[in-house]
Amino acid sequence: MKPMFRRLALGLSAMAALLTASSALAQDKQVNLGVAIPTATHGFTGGIVWWANEAKKELEKQHPGLKITVKTAANASEQANQLQDLLTVNKINTLVVFPFESAALTRPVAQVKGKGVYVTVVDRGLTDANAQDAYVAGDNTAFGRIPAEYLVKRLNGKGNIVALRGIATTIDNERMDAFKAVLKNHPDIKLLDARYANWNRDDAFKVMQDYLTRFKQIDAVWAADDDMAVGVLKAIEQSKRTDIQEVFGGAGSKGMVKAILEGKNKLVQADVSYSPKFIYDAIKLTAEARLKGEALPPKTIIPSVLITKENAQQFYFPNSPF
Amino acid sequence: MPPEPTDSLRPGATALGASEGTPLHRVRALLQGFGPLLGLIVLCIAGTALNGDFATLDNVMNVLTRTAFIGIIAVGMCFVIISGGIDLSVGSMAALIAGVMILLMNRLAPSLSSPTSVIALGIGFALLLGALFGLVHGLLIARGGIEPFIVTLGTLGIFRAYLTYFADGGAITLDSDLSDAYGPVYYASFLLPVPVWVFLAVALGGALILNRTAYGRYVQAIGSNEQVARYAAVDVNRIKVLTYMLLGVCVGIATVLYVPRLGSSSPTTGLLWELEAIAAVIVGGTALKGGSGTITGTVVGAILLSVISNILNLTSVISVYLNSAVQGFVIIAVAFMQRRRKGAS
Repeated sequence: MKPMFRRLALGLSAMAALLTASSALAQDKQVNLGVAIPTATHGFTGGIVWWANEAKKELEKQHPGLKITVKTAANASEQANQLQDLLTVNKINTLVVFPFESAALTRPVAQVKGKGVYVTVVDRGLTDANAQDAYVAGDNTAFGRIPAEYLVKRLNGKGNIVALRGIATTIDNERMDAFKAVLKNHPDIKLLDARYANWNRDDAFKVMQDYLTRFKQIDAVWAADDDMAVGVLKAIEQSKRTDIQEVFGGAGSKGMVKAILEGKNKLVQADVSYSPKFIYDAIKLTAEARLKGEALPPKTIIPSVLITKENAQQFYFPNSPF
Repeated sequence: MPPEPTDSLRPGATALGASEGTPLHRVRALLQGFGPLLGLIVLCIAGTALNGDFATLDNVMNVLTRTAFIGIIAVGMCFVIISGGIDLSVGSMAALIAGVMILLMNRLAPSLSSPTSVIALGIGFALLLGALFGLVHGLLIARGGIEPFIVTLGTLGIFRAYLTYFADGGAITLDSDLSDAYGPVYYASFLLPVPVWVFLAVALGGALILNRTAYGRYVQAIGSNEQVARYAAVDVNRIKVLTYMLLGVCVGIATVLYVPRLGSSSPTTGLLWELEAIAAVIVGGTALKGGSGTITGTVVGAILLSVISNILNLTSVISVYLNSAVQGFVIIAVAFMQRRRKGAS
């Protein structure tokens, strides 16, 4: 089975190489870019899909030599299959991939790169950096550090904070560690507890209800995600508690940014950006560099920025689903 | 030679078993019937010991209110499982009904002046849609002759994919004016919060239907032996279709209560609710292979499951990484307490 498959793949890729070579001769500086991203199952991934299609629309119009194919996958093995399709059917010469899982996608991506495709990896890194040409990501450390610094300032260095976590992953650990690292320098700020609410509104609602039962004095909540912040705000509203001064979400969803702009909810004053727009930036940077025949820097970090009323307008994208 | 001692021993053994076993057996049967209730009581004592706030009225109401969704779905699921079927799609179905219902209400809002009529229409639509989905399941299973596991596994994907499509991958959110008007359906309280009343009503209705109607007895008959039921001139197909429709309506009711809570539906809404509902039914003493089960057990099972996660959130004794493991242990332990009931019947 395996050797046959390998031979078949080899044959197909040889054909593909021939075909791309001939088309490359016909029209030089053609960039045929494939985008492989997770399918929309959560507000954030919904945003990723929307921004990827937005990039396709705008960039193809700007650059006649550019063709973009977007593929969404529901799990790691489906994504691996799509990478093969992109190579053999769509004959891409450039790939922008948001890996579904770091470890599982490392070999499939390495294989694509081995066929001479230029590879940009976005957000979730691969376990072996040799499988990529460039890496573009949001800043997870800042995602945890910025809210901690903001809340310390807001509470004048003294008070009780509860936190909600996403799903047990390395990204979540990175954010939590950065958050705790800031609090370490402020011994009068107490982190009462941090529970998983799975980046889910319903779970966040329940976890917050239980926090409210358990702790008589909570000064601020780090919801660590705008979806979770929605559930947290509802639970606080229902309990009619007035001790909480701030609910800090994360990622800059349009609902939260709008709330900051309007200033109607006094609990929501700030957010930290971690926009799914980075897939747009990654596609744009990669496409433009490749059209010029250049390479990207090996690592590009799209900075996470504190969003407040002053700068919120720049982060408000009313047409995006996120 | 060898048969002799066994023969001579056997009457003594049975006599011994009969004389000492009957009261013992009765006690054990009682214990097994009360397995989930016993488990719940033990958990509540543990919860109070771990955190004094566990037994406060507010917390009890929180737990009961959040149980309402799963509990209502579990009552419908109880019928389906007793009849020998299963429905894996309820979580996706709830999410899709919630999404479509919100879209409809948002669309109706400008043309109808009173938000109450918009909400009433939305509620009616949700129940109807639930019944319709149930009808489709029932027809495919009973008339189409496809395994319920396969049919509902298929619709599990279909429902969620359509929700994701309608939501454009993001969230479908209820108009804020409508949200304010609809809010009381979840948040209001007349002695008990509204969802708890509805949960009670559904459970009572379910128990009555299961135990006091011909339909209920047919459901149990089909579950214990479909072939015999057929010979007894039970219209098996019709009963099966009705069972899935009943579950669909229960999902609709749960959705009607769910929407005012957060006023939105997203692709993560209702994830794994099917497993929670099935777990509630099984922990409540219903046999997964069908035939027998009780609504009371199902209600206790549903409450038991929410109490576990509530206790875990109220204490920091156990690492947060192990929350699901604790739930798994308790589910297996309670099921173990009543394992012999299925073999005995």
